Amino acid sequence: MNTIIIKTYKAPPVREKEALRYAGCRAADEETLKLLCSCIEEAEDKLNYSVCYGEFPLSINGDLCDFGVFSVQSSALAKNLSGCSRSVIFAATIGVGIDRLISKYGRISPTRSVIMDGLGSERIEALCNEFCKDYALENAVSLKPRFSPGYGNLPLMTQKDVFSILDCPRKIGLSLNDSLLMSPSKSVTAFAGILRNGEP
Amino acid sequence: MKFSEFLKTNNVCLDGGMGTYLQKQGLKPGEKPERWNITRPDIITDIHRQYFDAGCNVVCTNTFGANLLNFDAEELEAIIKAAMENAKAAREMSASQENKFIALDIGPSGKMLKPLGDLDFEDAVAAFSQAVKFGVKYGAELVLVETMNDSYETKAALLAVKENCELPVIVTNAYGEDGKLMTGASPAAMVTLLEGMGADAIGANCSFGPKQLAGVAEEMLKFSSVPVVLKPNAGLPKIVDGNTVFDVGEEEFAEDVAALVKKGLRVFGGCCGTTPEYIKALSLKTRELPPLPVYDKNLTLVSSYSRAVSFGDAPILIGERINPTGKKLFKQALLDNDMDYILNEGIKQQEMGVDILDVNVGIPGIDEVKMLENSILELQSVSDLPLQIDTANIDAMEAALRKYNGKAMINSVNGKEESMKAVFPLVKKYGGVAVALTLDDNGIPETASGRVEIAKKILEVAETYGISKKDIVFDPLAMTISADSSAAKVTLETLERIRNELGCHTSLGISNVSFGLPNRDAVNSTFFALSLSKGLSAAIMNPHSVDMMKVYYSYKALSGLDENCEKYIAAADSFTLAGEPLTAKKEVSETEIASKLQHSIIKGLKDKAGEHTKDLLKTMHYLDIVNNEIIPALNTVGVGFENKTLYLPQLLMSAEAAKSSFEKIKEFTAMSGNAPSDKGRFVIATVEGDIHDIGKNIVKLLLSNYGFNVIDLGKDVPAQTVVDAVIEHKAPLAGLSALMTTTVPAMEKTIKLLREKAPWCKVVVGGAVLTKEYAATIGADKYAKDAMATVRYAEEVMENL
Repeated sequence: MNTIIIKTYKAPPVREKEALRYAGCRAADEETLKLLCSCIEEAEDKLNYSVCYGEFPLSINGDLCDFGVFSVQSSALAKNLSGCSRSVIFAATIGVGIDRLISKYGRISPTRSVIMDGLGSERIEALCNEFCKDYALENAVSLKPRFSPGYGNLPLMTQKDVFSILDCPRKIGLSLNDSLLMSPSKSVTAFAGILRNGEP
Repeated sequence: MKFSEFLKTNNVCLDGGMGTYLQKQGLKPGEKPERWNITRPDIITDIHRQYFDAGCNVVCTNTFGANLLNFDAEELEAIIKAAMENAKAAREMSASQENKFIALDIGPSGKMLKPLGDLDFEDAVAAFSQAVKFGVKYGAELVLVETMNDSYETKAALLAVKENCELPVIVTNAYGEDGKLMTGASPAAMVTLLEGMGADAIGANCSFGPKQLAGVAEEMLKFSSVPVVLKPNAGLPKIVDGNTVFDVGEEEFAEDVAALVKKGLRVFGGCCGTTPEYIKALSLKTRELPPLPVYDKNLTLVSSYSRAVSFGDAPILIGERINPTGKKLFKQALLDNDMDYILNEGIKQQEMGVDILDVNVGIPGIDEVKMLENSILELQSVSDLPLQIDTANIDAMEAALRKYNGKAMINSVNGKEESMKAVFPLVKKYGGVAVALTLDDNGIPETASGRVEIAKKILEVAETYGISKKDIVFDPLAMTISADSSAAKVTLETLERIRNELGCHTSLGISNVSFGLPNRDAVNSTFFALSLSKGLSAAIMNPHSVDMMKVYYSYKALSGLDENCEKYIAAADSFTLAGEPLTAKKEVSETEIASKLQHSIIKGLKDKAGEHTKDLLKTMHYLDIVNNEIIPALNTVGVGFENKTLYLPQLLMSAEAAKSSFEKIKEFTAMSGNAPSDKGRFVIATVEGDIHDIGKNIVKLLLSNYGFNVIDLGKDVPAQTVVDAVIEHKAPLAGLSALMTTTVPAMEKTIKLLREKAPWCKVVVGGAVLTKEYAATIGADKYAKDAMATVRYAEEVMENL
C-alpha cells in the first residue's frame, strides 16, 4: 500500500530577480523593486506551502513508464526517468491566498496583479526546489530533475492519474478543473526519479 | 427515538475511520470506495457492525464521494441503496444496547468552486441534492456533511440537504494548521454561517489529532448555540518499516476527546487512522460524563467567507458608498455594467476601516436581480468584509442571499405584513441578520412608543418563523430635522428603549438626519455621537467623512474600547488634513504642468498624474490634454516596451497613471455634461474553461487608455455570450484570450460563431499558448503577441473603417 505523506514548509527565501523575470521584467528599476517588496509584504502571511507525495516503484519499457498504480506512455518521461527503479510523485501548492490577491488586483491595479503573479510563480518553484532538496537529504538519495504533466510529450491528461493516486484535494486542498488547470493556480505536480547514491 | 431528540439529551458517539480501514482491506489508490457497497458489502457491513458493537450511536454510510460529479444517477442510486442496506444490516447484527442511528455521509466533491476553481455553485448544490434525495429514499435518519475545506462548498451541501429533506444535519469541516479552513474561514465564521442556515450540530473532522483540534473546538464552544462536534484523526501519519502508522493510540485519543467533553463537546468520533478499538475506548471514557447543556450565546453575528463580525459594545461601521443615489458616475457605471467601479468603492471603504459593506445597486433600466447577484459575487472575491444586501426587490434579495458566501446582513424588512412575509422566509432559509425598520402600513410613528410597538410586533412575527431576536437589528429611522425639529429626539429615545426594553441591537442611516441642511457633516457627526451614547450598535455612514471618523475613534477611546487610545492616536493624523495640502500654491505655467503630466505618466506615478491633470483642466481643453499630453506619453512608453528598453511592469504603471488622468477628466466632463471620447467598441473575454485573466486585464487597461470603449465579459465566457455582446454593442472588434492548449478549442468555437452571426467583427487573439500559426489555423484576423500589439491593431482597424 502506498502511503501519501503531507508536509508543510516555512517560506523559502524570495529570489527577487526570479519573481520579476516571471513578471516579464528582465532588468528591474527601483520603482519595480519597491513594488515587488510591497507585494511580498502583503502576500507573505497569506501563503501556505504544502506538499503531498508518495514513493512508487517504476519499470520502464520503451516509452511505457509503469508505476504499479498506473502507467503512462511518453518518450520524454521515459528519458527523464531512465535508470531509475523508483520515483517520487508529488503535488505542491502555495494555497489560494495568492490567487485572491492576483484576482483582486486584476480589477483595481493590473501592475500589482502582474507582480503578484510573478511572485506566485517564483514561490511555487521555490517550494518544489525545497521539497526535492529536503526529500533527497532525508532519504539519502538524489533526485533527477522534476518532470511535470504537459512537459514534452507527457500528456496533460496524466494529471488525472496523479490526482487520483495522491488524493490531492483531501491532502493539500488542490483540485483539478475540467480544463486540466489546477486550483489554486500556483501549484505543481511532478515526477522525480530516485537515484540511490548515484545509482538507481 | 428520533435523532434530534437523542441529541438534545445525550452525548452522541459517532463512528471511526472508514477510508483507512478499507485501504487495509485492499482498496487500491484511485479506486472508489463507495463501489464496495455493491462489490464487497460483507466488508462494509462488518465494519459498520464493529463500530456499533464498540458503542457508537451513529454509523456513517460509505458514501463519502457519492454525488453526481463522481457517479451517474443510476449508479449513484444503486450505491446509496446498497450503503443504506449495509448499515441497516449491521444495526440488526449488532449486540449493542445503545441507541443506533444511520447517517447519510456526504464528503467534498474534490473540486473547487468558482471563482477560485471551475465548479459552479448551483452545480454543486445539484450534485449533492441527488445524493440527499436517494439517502432519504433509502432510510437515512440524519445527514453528516464532512471534511470540506471550503465554506462555499459547505454552504452548497447544506443547502442541498435543507432543500431536499427535513432530517437533522451535522456539519464538520477540515481545518488547517492555522485553525482555519483552506479558503480562510475561522471557526467563528463557520459557526455563524452554518448555525444561520439551521445546522443541528457543527464541528471539525480530519487533518489532525484531538490535541491539535482542541483550539478549534474551544472557539466553536464559545460561539455556537448548537452542539459542537469533533471527529479527529488518530494523530498524524508516519511511515514505520514501510507501513503507515498514526501517532496517537486509543487511550490517549479517548483521554483527549473526553477532556473536551468535560468542556461541553457533545458529539464525537474518529476519522482517519481510528478503528473500532478507538471508538470502544472513547465510548467507555465518556460513558459516565454528563451531556453539558448547550446555551444560546445570544450573539448577533454576520460573516464573510473568512471572518465573523459580532455586534457588541464597539460601534460597527457599515460603509454606505456602494449606492447609486445622487452619484452620477456610479449610475453610469451600473448602466455600463462596470463592475470595477463597485469593487474600487468597496476596497476603498475597507481601507478606511469599515466593518461591513452596504451593497445597493437599484436603479431603473437595469436587471437589478442579476446586477446585485454579480456585485455580491465580485465583492466577495476581492474583500473579506461581510456584506449588507440592500434592496427592495425580493427576487434580487434572494438571488444575492443564495450566492453569498457567509451570513449576510439584510437591509431591510419592516413592520408591514407583506414585507415580513417576503423577507423572513429568506432569512430563515439562508441565514442572515435582518435590519428591521420601525414602520408599518400606517407609516412611520411620530412617537418613540409607536416605533417600539412596531418593533415588538416584528419580533413576535419573526418568532413564528423561528427567527430569534438576536438576528434582528432595529433601525428606528432617522428623519431629517429640517422638516421636523423633534425628529432626532424621537429617534434617540427609540434607540434607547429598543436597547433596554427589547434587548436588541440597532442600526441607523445617519446622514438622513441632516437632509436639506448646509454643512451636513457637522450635524451628522454630532447625531452619530448622541446615538452611540444611547446604545446605537451600527451606523450606515460615509467613511470618507473626517467628522464622522473623528466621532467614531473618539467615542471608542472615551468608552474604554480602545486600549491605550492606540487606534485613536493612529487615526488622529488624518484628522488635521481636510483633503487639501497646507503648502501654499505656487503659480506654475501651463507648459510646465503639461510636461510634469507627461513625466508622471512616463514614470508611472499614479497620484501625481491625477493631480497634474486636475490642474491642467483649469486652463486646457480636455481633448487637448488627451491628444497632446497623455497619448504621446503613452506612445513613448509603448515604443520603449516594444524596443525592450522597459518592461511589462513599467508599461503597466504608466497605463495606470494614464488611467488616473482619464478618471480626473471623466469626473470633469461628467460635471460639465460632455461625453467622454469613444474611439470604438472592443469586446474582450477569456474563453470558456479558462479562468486566468491577467493578460486580458492588461489589454483592457491599455485599450481604454487609447480611447476604446472596452466591454469586458470576464473569464470562462461561453462562445454565445461573446457573440451576443458583439451584436448588442455592434462592436467592430473582439479580443479573445486563452491560457492553455485545452481551452484553445473554445476559442476556435467562438470565432466560428462570430463569423456566422457577426461577420463584420474583427477578431484578435492572444495568450500564453498561442502562436501566429495557431491563430491562423483557428481563423483569427490577428495574433497579438502582447498588449501593445493589440492596441496597434485596434487602431489600425478603426482607421480603415
